Amino acid sequence: MPYVARRVAYLIPTWLAITLLAFLVAQLAPGDPAAGYFERLTGRPPGHVELARTRHQLGLDQPAADRYLHWLGHAVEGNLGTSYSSGLPVTQELVSRFPATLLLSSVATLLAVVLGIPLGILAAVRRNSSVDQIARGASLLVASAPGFWVAYLLIILFSVKLHVLPSFGTGGVEHLILPAIALGLGESGLIARLARASMLEVLREDYITTARAKGIPEWRVVWQHALRNALVAVVTQVGLVFGFLLASSAIVEVIFVWPGIGRLAVTAIGQRDYPMIEGYVVFAGTVFLLVNLAVDLIYMALDPRISLGSAVAPVAS
Amino acid sequence: MAAGSVLTAEAELLPTAAQLVGKPGLTRTVISTRTALVGLIIIAVVLVVAIAAPLIAPSDPNAQDVLHQFQSPSAHHLLGTDQFGRDELSRIIFGARVSVLTSVAVGTAILGIGVLVGIVSGLAGGLIDGAIMRAVDVLLAFPSLLLALAVAGTLGPGLLHLALAMTAVWWVDYARIVRGLVLGAKEQPHIESARAIGVTRARLVLRHVLPTIAPPVVVLATLQTARLLLALAALSFLGLGVGPPTSEWGAMLNDGKNFLDTAPQLMLYPGLAITITALGFNLLGEGLRDVLDPNLR
Repeated sequence: MPYVARRVAYLIPTWLAITLLAFLVAQLAPGDPAAGYFERLTGRPPGHVELARTRHQLGLDQPAADRYLHWLGHAVEGNLGTSYSSGLPVTQELVSRFPATLLLSSVATLLAVVLGIPLGILAAVRRNSSVDQIARGASLLVASAPGFWVAYLLIILFSVKLHVLPSFGTGGVEHLILPAIALGLGESGLIARLARASMLEVLREDYITTARAKGIPEWRVVWQHALRNALVAVVTQVGLVFGFLLASSAIVEVIFVWPGIGRLAVTAIGQRDYPMIEGYVVFAGTVFLLVNLAVDLIYMALDPRISLGSAVAPVAS
Repeated sequence: MAAGSVLTAEAELLPTAAQLVGKPGLTRTVISTRTALVGLIIIAVVLVVAIAAPLIAPSDPNAQDVLHQFQSPSAHHLLGTDQFGRDELSRIIFGARVSVLTSVAVGTAILGIGVLVGIVSGLAGGLIDGAIMRAVDVLLAFPSLLLALAVAGTLGPGLLHLALAMTAVWWVDYARIVRGLVLGAKEQPHIESARAIGVTRARLVLRHVLPTIAPPVVVLATLQTARLLLALAALSFLGLGVGPPTSEWGAMLNDGKNFLDTAPQLMLYPGLAITITALGFNLLGEGLRDVLDPNLR
């Protein structure tokens, strides 16, 4: 079987395992979801009979294995159940919130790339100069600051003190700036270090020496010959960072009251909204699998030397 | 913020086993590398502060003084006071105990589990390897911070529960990376020879495989500690972990966020403490990497 087909087929068992784990994690959520469900509906805690009836109504009196298979059957069709807290279909809520998370993560990744790659390349080209030292120091510093703390520093500076940018909500571009910086800044440090390492490796290659020996100007050697190949390796890592940011925007979303799936999930965990927690985990896991698949395929397309023919080799093992 | 696939990206920067053969002693080289030395000094200072907190802190971190809330830094309170009039500096010093020691403990636990699973997987190969790596793939596909949040929420409040949740979620990166390193090490002539002459499995692991993979794993563990520090802060910021009045850096930030307008300095110091400590671990890790792979220096 060709690599691509096997790579796609291999997603199926992984996806099934994710659904099983998602189901188990939701079962782990503290407290009785039926009691919480009843209380949100009526505003008071349920009595014994009411609790039993609610449990029956939600299907929670069925054995866990039956509930899982029932839920999985619907999940395969894209139906992830009904949210306990909103009463709306989970799939609908996730799909309607996902664009906000996608937008935020994309802009954050873009920011990390725009800051990180030039910084890393510059550091590699000016290796061991003061530019290199400062770039490396800066990339380690931003990677060391907690994103949620950076978020508050930005709010204090730009919203509380200077009143130039909004501290929460959605609307125009101005609402996107602070959350995207808070989310992407730390990863720009990682990308800078990866870009630097990749560029240094390429600059040691024989064909670069050959190009220099032929008398090609140094700027062309660096920017035309070396850069292209250095970026191939970085693209993979940018893909991983994007997948990571998609799945970890929750805190930034909570701080900036951003209407994405991360904030939805944090709320769901607090409200013991089983179907929503399960739905979120399956959804995020699926997106992550697809992003990784895309990264593998892009990597393969960019670097003809890699055929990935013999083994199912995840890119970054 | 957290580990997830990003640690895997970090592993891309590690030198391969082949590049590591015949490297000089680590300790001596570390001291001669400025980056690593600065990191080491930061970590040493923070650890001493954490351990000797009762001797160093100017006052009781939990002593309230309602007449002196939200004070600016002064000779009496070097970093001012918080919403209960507690000495901010003392709370940060005592907070180091919880934040740093917990991160190091979790880091050690996931290192142990990850190295064990990675070596078993890498050496066993075949079906066992396949099964372990598929399980690791599944766990890696999870949003790790939210998984930790769900697990810690289940176990209930408390630092131990938070540490257990973090351990349960974050060992997988190591397992995958260590397996990769073991596969590389298996190709090394000295390991092949050892297998060929039929040394016992225990001896193969302890005398040959572990020493070969140790240097990159040490680099990774150092960098991972920085990430754990940030993840712990994030999770306690969300209200997990220690309860009041215990001081912990992430929890202090959670308190401070309510006073952004009136006392923004309360958001500043605990965050700086986290950043400086994480920077220490990142500098040490980065410095060690330079030592192992001079091509990157």
